[in-house]
Parts: sequence; C-alpha cells; structure tokens
Amino acid sequence: METTRLIMVAVGGQGNLLASKVLGEAALISGVPVRMSEIHGMAQRGGVVESAIVFGDATSTIISDGEADILMGFEPAETLRALNRCSTKTRIITNTAMLPPFTVSIGRGVYPEIETIKKLLKEKCASLVAFDAMALAKEAGSPMSVNIVLLGALVQSGGLQFSKENVIEAIKRRTKTAFLDKNLKAFELGYQAACG
Amino acid sequence: MHKLLKDSPGQSVMLLGNEAIARGAVEAGVAFATTYPGTPSSEISLNLFQISQESDLYFEYSTNEKVALEVAAAAANSGLRTFCMMKHVGLNVAADPLMTLAYVGVTGGMVILSADDPAMFSSQNEQDNRYYAKFGNLPMLEPSSVAEAKQMTQYAFELSEKLQQPVLLRTTTRINHSNAFVSFGPILPAKTRGFFIPDPQRCVTVPAVSRQLHVKLLERMAAAKEISEISEYNLIQGSGRMGIVANGVSFHYALDAVKDLGVEDKTKILRIGFSNPLPEKQIKEFLGSCDRVLVIEEGEAFMEEAVKAFGQEAGIVIPVGGKSEKLFSCLSEYDPAMVREKIAQFFGFEYMLPEKLPMDDVPPIPVRPPNLCSGCSHRATLYEVQQAAKDMNIICPTDIGCYTLGFLPPLSTGDFVICMGSSVSTSCGFSKATDQKIVSFIGDSTFFHSGITGLVNAVFNNHNFTLVILENDITAMTGHQPHPGVDMQRFGLDGHKKIDIETLVKAIGVEQVSIIKPFKVKKSIEAIRQALDYKGVSVIISREPCALYAKSLGLLQPRAFAVSDRCVDHKECINSIACPSFYLENGKVKIDAQTCVGCAVCAQICPENAIVPLKN
Repeated sequence: METTRLIMVAVGGQGNLLASKVLGEAALISGVPVRMSEIHGMAQRGGVVESAIVFGDATSTIISDGEADILMGFEPAETLRALNRCSTKTRIITNTAMLPPFTVSIGRGVYPEIETIKKLLKEKCASLVAFDAMALAKEAGSPMSVNIVLLGALVQSGGLQFSKENVIEAIKRRTKTAFLDKNLKAFELGYQAACG
Repeated sequence: MHKLLKDSPGQSVMLLGNEAIARGAVEAGVAFATTYPGTPSSEISLNLFQISQESDLYFEYSTNEKVALEVAAAAANSGLRTFCMMKHVGLNVAADPLMTLAYVGVTGGMVILSADDPAMFSSQNEQDNRYYAKFGNLPMLEPSSVAEAKQMTQYAFELSEKLQQPVLLRTTTRINHSNAFVSFGPILPAKTRGFFIPDPQRCVTVPAVSRQLHVKLLERMAAAKEISEISEYNLIQGSGRMGIVANGVSFHYALDAVKDLGVEDKTKILRIGFSNPLPEKQIKEFLGSCDRVLVIEEGEAFMEEAVKAFGQEAGIVIPVGGKSEKLFSCLSEYDPAMVREKIAQFFGFEYMLPEKLPMDDVPPIPVRPPNLCSGCSHRATLYEVQQAAKDMNIICPTDIGCYTLGFLPPLSTGDFVICMGSSVSTSCGFSKATDQKIVSFIGDSTFFHSGITGLVNAVFNNHNFTLVILENDITAMTGHQPHPGVDMQRFGLDGHKKIDIETLVKAIGVEQVSIIKPFKVKKSIEAIRQALDYKGVSVIISREPCALYAKSLGLLQPRAFAVSDRCVDHKECINSIACPSFYLENGKVKIDAQTCVGCAVCAQICPENAIVPLKN
C-alpha cells in the first residue's frame, strides 16, 4: 500500500490531537495501517503542537523535512513555518484565521500579511486550499470545531486512502455525542469549502 | 471501566506509546507501581494511577525517583510484580539504590522504565541511559514501536522473574509519544499480597555479603547473555552482505530506507531489542557475513563500540561505521530521510538528494515561545521579587518547573538551573563564593523532591540567601500530579496526609519565614524586602493555586479585567509582566476577556489605575 504522510500543525488548544484521533479511527475502519507521532511539550502554555501521521506501509512514525505529502495548518503563520516540511509535490490545506503569537500581540514581532502567506504556499507547493475555518466553525455552531471543519476540507481535497463516509463514522465514534450534530455540520462545511 | 483494564484479548486499540506500556504492565499482572512524574514518561503513571483506583494495583506518586525505586525494591523483594517508571534524568536520582539493588536482585518481577529524551523536547539534557544497564549490570530491553512497547513491557516482567534481577526498559520520546494500533492480550491475574522471607546473605549488603553478591550478579548476567543470544527481540531481516545494526526507532527508519532505496536484496538489518547484555555470538556471526556494517543508534556509540570490539575479537576486518563527522551524530534525534541518506552514503547506494524548497523569500515568522499562563501566580511572584530587589545585584538560582520559564524576558528571573532541587544547594554555594545577594526559586513538588536536604544544609552551615517556595498545590509542569503537600481528598482519595511546607521549613530551623499571597502585589513586595534584609537563611512561601488546575477543577471563576480610557499608554503592564492575555489594538493595550482570569496583578501595577474589572 502506498504511503501518505500528513503533517498537522496547530497552536495549543486548537484540537489537532483530536483530529489525529479521528483520522486514526478512520484508518482503522478502512483497514489502512497508520502510525502517528505528536510533539506537544508546552502546548498548554501557548506553544505549537505538531502531529505527524503516516498512512500505509512505511513503518516510521515521524516525517522528515521536505517529505510531507499533505500539510494541514490550523493557523496560517504556523502553516508557513512548516513549509520546510514540504516539497513541490505537497498539497496544503490551511485555515486563514490568524492567532497572532503573543510576541506580535505586544508589538515585538510582525505577523506576515495573509496574502503573502497564501501566495508563498501556493507558489511553492502542488496545491493550496485556504479558507477561514473559524468562520465555518462558528457557522456550524461551535468555534471549537475548527479541527473538524479542516478534516472536511482534508477529505475533499483528496490524497487520503479512505472515504468520506468512513471519516464521518470516525467522527461519530471519537467525538462527544453532545457535539455530534455541530461536528457533522462543521465537517460538511469544510468539505464544501474545499470544493472551491 | 478504564480502557486499559478491558479484558478483551484480540481487540485492536489506538494507544499512545505510554498507554501501551501501562497496558503491557497490566497484562503482566503488575501489582505494585511507583513513580515520580517526568516527561516523556508521565502518561504511563497517570494511567496506572487511574487504574489503581478501580483495581487491586497499588500505585503511588513517591516524593522522588530514589524513594520510588526503594519503595518498589521492597515490593519486588516481597514477591510482587513491580513497576517503577521515570524520565531519564530521574534515574540519576535513583542511581544509588539502582546500583546495589542489582546486587541484591528481586524475587518478584521488577521492571524499571527509563524514558530518554533525545532532542530534549522537555528535558535539561539528552543523556543516553543505556549506559546505566551496562554500568549497573541490568538486563535491558528497547522497543522499536508502540506495539512492541506493550509486548516488551510484559516480557520484561517474565525476564526479571526468571533472572531474579530488575530489568531496565528503555524508551525514547518517539516511542512514548507515538500512537498506533495495539492488539490487547489476556490479563494475567495479579498476585497482590507479598511475603518477605528474610535472607541476610542476599539482602544486607555489608562488604562481606556484597563480595559474594557481585559474583552471583555476574553469573546472572551470564545467564542473561544466553537469553539475549536467542532472544526474538534480536532479529535479522534480509540476507544481503551490507549489514545494518539498529535499535529503537532507528530500526524503522532503516527498514523504510532500504525499501525506498530499493536495496532490500543487498542489505540485512540486525535489530537489537535485548541490548544488555548484547548477543555477542550473534553479532560476531552477523559481522562475519557482511562486507560493511553501519551501526544506527541515537545517542552515544553504545552498540558501535561493542560491535567494533566483537569484530576485533573475532578477527573480522571490515569497515564498521557509526558515529563520525560524516555519518551519524550523538546529538538530537534521527529521522527517516537522514538515515536513508547516510545508508546510501556509507554503502555507496545510488541516491538523489531530495530537492529543497527555496525559502529565501519567506519572511521571518514571529516566534511562539511558551509563556506562563494567564493568571499564573509565578508571574506575580517573580515580578515582585524583581521589584523588591530593584537596586540590588542579585543572583537567582531557579529550578525545574513552569517557573523556569521566568528566565525569559521581561521577567528575566532565573540565572542557574541544572537539576531538580539545585536551586537551594547552588544558593548555598553562591552565597559563600560571592558577595552577591541571592534569591532562589523552587516549586512545592520540587521542594519535596529534593529541596529539603539543601535547605537543611543551608541552615546547618549558616548560609545567607532567600528561598522562595512557590506553593501552587500541584505538580503543574508534568500535567497536574499530586505531591505530599496536596490535599488528596481533591482526587477523591482518603488515607493520605498533607505535609505543611511552612511547618516543615520552621522545623528545619529557618527563623525568617514569611507567607505571601502573590496577587497582593504591594504587601508581597514589602514582605520580600524584609526577607532580603535578613542575614541568614530566609524563606518566602508564595501561596496561590495553579490557575490552570484551579480552572479545570472549577475552583477558579474567571472574572476578566479590561483597560479603561484612563490608560495613557505607559505599557507598564506589557513591559513588566507580559501576560498572554494582553494584546495591542491600534497601539493600545487591550485584555482578552476570554483568557483573563482576573488575578488583577496588572491592575495593581498600572500607574494610572486604568485596569478595572470588566463590566458585564
């Protein structure tokens, strides 16, 4: 089975570890081997959380620089920061809603222009899906569901070896029942957004 | 029921490496577990702590790793299957009992887990603890994957019982913090009550006894070597004449590499999983069947040195590569592409270096350094010490915990830290070696771990410094574990005593002890000044629960503050305490009402009193 390497980058609290769990479950349902690695040392204290997910036959659990097939960024500056993980073949999906680092908030750093970020991502890699996942999460009824909105876009934009139905089933199994309706709506909105 | 207690053999479950290890211990019928929490091992103990509340497992958070290992040593010598887990530097703390427990041995299976942290994701060094196995004569197992981590944990108990010797299970962060599907096996019922049979010729290590024990220890290790020689964990894959010796995660990077390079027919890989004692015969045979050998191991040249020595003994003259300027480094962790490149380079396989994306037009991206949380009491205390000592030349030894982050600007409070407890003892040294004023910082959990002995030393030797004990009622950094100063009723547990730090410090003989509430800025600064004026050892206990933990328990009802139009833009708040709830809007300071918990420290330092409770 072919190997697909997915990197997800987020800021602590954006829920990318739950997104990883959903993808892991979807892989199980679909019979696709999967291994994941996460670095979240200081996540609770405002740091970056990175998950590497390897689907298919490769046995390593981490992804080297330049070898991500898909990069999914929960925050645009973090997506740009992870560009060294990509090659010209990488597909990128990114949220465009900014969470400026504290250094920027207090005037000790400059946040790049969002249009510059989009232009760079688009120019350098194979494809780019960029949209305001926060707006869609709010539309779905919960700002907490940015992660699920992004999963919808990920599934639509291809590259994974499993179906939309299996990801929906994984969402049902892995997310809290109380949020299920909002999550399913969030997933669908993300899926539609990636249709362009 | 806890997900790791499910008696459902054959079920495939997505587990974190640390959960897989906990499950492996459960399947092995573990009866007794001790720890001091430390990343990347913390989730193992967290799961066992939860499991102990719904099973017969005895689990304790011990005060430090030495205590944890000694508590465990007694259980294992009463015939119980015992698990003691810690991070790599924790094993330094436990090294004293470790070295002699190896002489004494155990009667029940005992597994000691060392979670090493190559690349130092959350550690102060990247020491390679495989040397402890060699140093102390302990059999050692090293998993390469999450699934194997479960399997090896379980096997480690059997091995220990068979050899009557503690077994070292050594992991790295990429095992502890990876997720994969793991198949559950049956759970062995635990033997939960032990019985100690006195055996002074084995258990009382006076010199005459230990001389005999050392002989027996070497015999046990000889037996361990026989097992290592035929262990299924030392396996060979492939049959080519280009040899690779690898351990841990490097094994999988090597497997992927030979496949990606299309050289599976030219190579063979010896994966070492039972790594002390090394399988000498197997390695010699392996060397004899290869034209070149590359040793791939993160950390030090542990296997490489042995492989070279075995080759020399066997008279096999072939190139053996490993750590060198051109090949592998002792620094950081490895990754699949780097291993692929080095394999190609060493064996002369065809390989095109992947193209790198040009990055010169990417603008600088603002960093996202970790920061103390909104409403963290450490921020207040550190600020107050800086204010109280404004005109003094102070040295601030600090310690291991969230407050270590205080060394970053603008608090810039933290000058020296090497290990748990070092704040107190290095203050002793600085106070005698210099004429500078010394104010040091230690968290409550770290104080119990190894600050107390330093304080006894300070009082006895009449040193001169101020120690600030940050009492936030929890071990915050590693994910909110209890410590001896915590009320265990909060965890729903009876039968624990709470140790009061103030009473303890006074009993040690510290005469100048003051308690501050760090969110009362003025009063705190005054109290700190008084302590600084005192000649001798003074202690300030700064009492305020961890905001993150209090919030998660619902004990803290956030009440946000806001910047009113009285603000004339001094930016004193941002420049001196840099709480993450601040942001600038059109150059004006604002407070994020979503994250502000209402500690009101900024309100007290604003020269215009412009920061006020947000009106609902």
